[in-house]
Amino acid sequence: MATAPKQPIISIQNVTKRFGAVAAVDNISLDIMPGEFFVLLGPSGCGKTTLLRMIAGFEVPTEGRIVIDGQDMAHVSPNKRPVNMVFQSYAVFPHMTVTENVGYGLRIARVPSSEIKSRVEEALALVKLDGFGGRRPDQLSGGQRQRVALARSLVMRPKVLLLDEPLSALDAKLRAAMQFELADLQEQVGITFVTVTHDQDEALSMAGRIAVINKGLVAQLSTPSDLYEFPANRFVADFIGSVNLFDGRLTVDEPDRAIVDCPEIGRIYLNHGVTGPHDANVHVALRPEKIAMIPEAKGKPTAPECPEGDNIAHGQIRGMSYLGDITIYEVKLDSGRVIRVSRPNLSRYDQEDFTWEDKVWLSWHGSSPVVLQS
Amino acid sequence: MSLFKPRVPLAPLEYTKRLWMRAWVGLVLFFLYAPLLTLIAFSFNDSRRGNVVWRGFTFDYYEKALNNESLMIAMGNSLTIALISTIVSVVIGALAAVMLWRFRFPGKTATEGAMALPIVVPEICMGVAMLVFFAKIGFPTDLPWPFSLGAIIIAHITFCFPFVTMVVRSRLTSFNREEEEAAKDLGATEWQAFRDVLLPHMKPGLVAGALLAFTLSLDDFVITFFTSGPNTITFPVKVYSMVRFSVTPEVNAASALLIALTVILTTIALKVQSRMGGTPQGH
Repeated sequence: MATAPKQPIISIQNVTKRFGAVAAVDNISLDIMPGEFFVLLGPSGCGKTTLLRMIAGFEVPTEGRIVIDGQDMAHVSPNKRPVNMVFQSYAVFPHMTVTENVGYGLRIARVPSSEIKSRVEEALALVKLDGFGGRRPDQLSGGQRQRVALARSLVMRPKVLLLDEPLSALDAKLRAAMQFELADLQEQVGITFVTVTHDQDEALSMAGRIAVINKGLVAQLSTPSDLYEFPANRFVADFIGSVNLFDGRLTVDEPDRAIVDCPEIGRIYLNHGVTGPHDANVHVALRPEKIAMIPEAKGKPTAPECPEGDNIAHGQIRGMSYLGDITIYEVKLDSGRVIRVSRPNLSRYDQEDFTWEDKVWLSWHGSSPVVLQS
Repeated sequence: MSLFKPRVPLAPLEYTKRLWMRAWVGLVLFFLYAPLLTLIAFSFNDSRRGNVVWRGFTFDYYEKALNNESLMIAMGNSLTIALISTIVSVVIGALAAVMLWRFRFPGKTATEGAMALPIVVPEICMGVAMLVFFAKIGFPTDLPWPFSLGAIIIAHITFCFPFVTMVVRSRLTSFNREEEEAAKDLGATEWQAFRDVLLPHMKPGLVAGALLAFTLSLDDFVITFFTSGPNTITFPVKVYSMVRFSVTPEVNAASALLIALTVILTTIALKVQSRMGGTPQGH
């Protein structure tokens, strides 16, 4: 079948996992493509780790099938699966040296010792641990131990590498560096990576595609930028990044424009249709960085690509938190609702130096708000 | 010591510098070791009878003890029994510990309790129970040498293995199960994962359990007394029968030898353990 699309390397088909009466994973179906950097993102207890452990074979689905590389994994034990896992605790064997750790899987597979030697060295070089072969795990830092765990899995040349919260135990600086390194590594080895994380920054920075999991269900599956800019529901909008959510009523919904009346912030205008149920209750998501702020003294602005008077709000600064690169302001609207607005600190001496109690005008582009129906 | 010397105040945790603390520790050590040291010292006492007056240094009683055939047989019996019961106890005890740690099954709590029972039941009860048991089932008493120790060995295993289970089980609680999963993930079978990952983790517990079992078996008197026959006298039982007549320096010498032996064995075991990288790693 030459015309057939690329076959998924992992196909999760209607998989449910129940622990007693609780469904940790509730009828999830998704396909992971070869060579992808796929991230399962969700709050703790959402079922993402259970899903990963089912792929690895440490949990058995209550219902549904998991197909890896065209083979049904129903009766395949973990030690026979073409996947390898990097555990959250790294699970480096404490009584073995780095070399012994990395070579363990190959020794079990009875690979000739000369080949083990060269492959272990290659794997250690790949994770930049050359020369550490003779060390014991208790002589390594957390980051180095993780590299050992990575090398130990990669040396097996799996079809899929599973990573359970790979960066959660590292400090912030190291985590940021490892995010890039993992992405580079994945590109270099071309193996499909499936990562579980609760950290949205981690997911957004590394992933090709992200499945946001909530309460055992896939809340949304798409690319990082789509997740952020086009969240499908309130959960995703709120979970990914920071957001202001308003309740409102969809009063106008035409192909080229829509209007939502929100009691808390006024009329929100969108320069595109939303094809929602007319006159229905909806939610509007507005990211803090998409809101422009000017001092009250400059006069009432007009929001770009909006009819006059729409997408404008008046308020007073109630709080601010300076983060170096940006400053986040809490603005109390005239309605009493407090919303967040963030501004990049473009110059060292800000011309418009906002401070507490300042009265301000807020405005936003007609394409910025996202209407959510659930 | 001048009364007017300016005193440097002690830090709250400097207990070792406080007189009352030092005196306390000294007393504890004295009561622990004075009897043992006396015993060893008087094993060199050149006195025919009685053990209270020092009459000069001699090795005579060591020679005598080593030439006392029945005493040496008893020593040999004791060591054989201790060795076999230790090996069997470690195997059974470790398996029981793994079972209790790994699995959930109906009656688990009851099993745990039943297993701890030999630790809490008074030895005298165990001894009598063993005596009655072996008599009731008609355990043969006329077997050739190593087999004639069977009854005692079985009795010793019964009270030794729960201690091994206890020690190994507490060691198992610090095991990171992800290590075992990692081994399986890398292709190891259940047995390979056990051998390569769980067993090395258990090792300090196994060594400690084995030492415990060995010592318990070696110096057990009460239970052994009830299960031994005329041809299966162990060292403690023999010493008891000797002391009934008088505490001779010969008994002292034999006891000193036994102490030396256990100290040497323990040292070797601990050395072996530390050489094999037995230092447990956190988490």
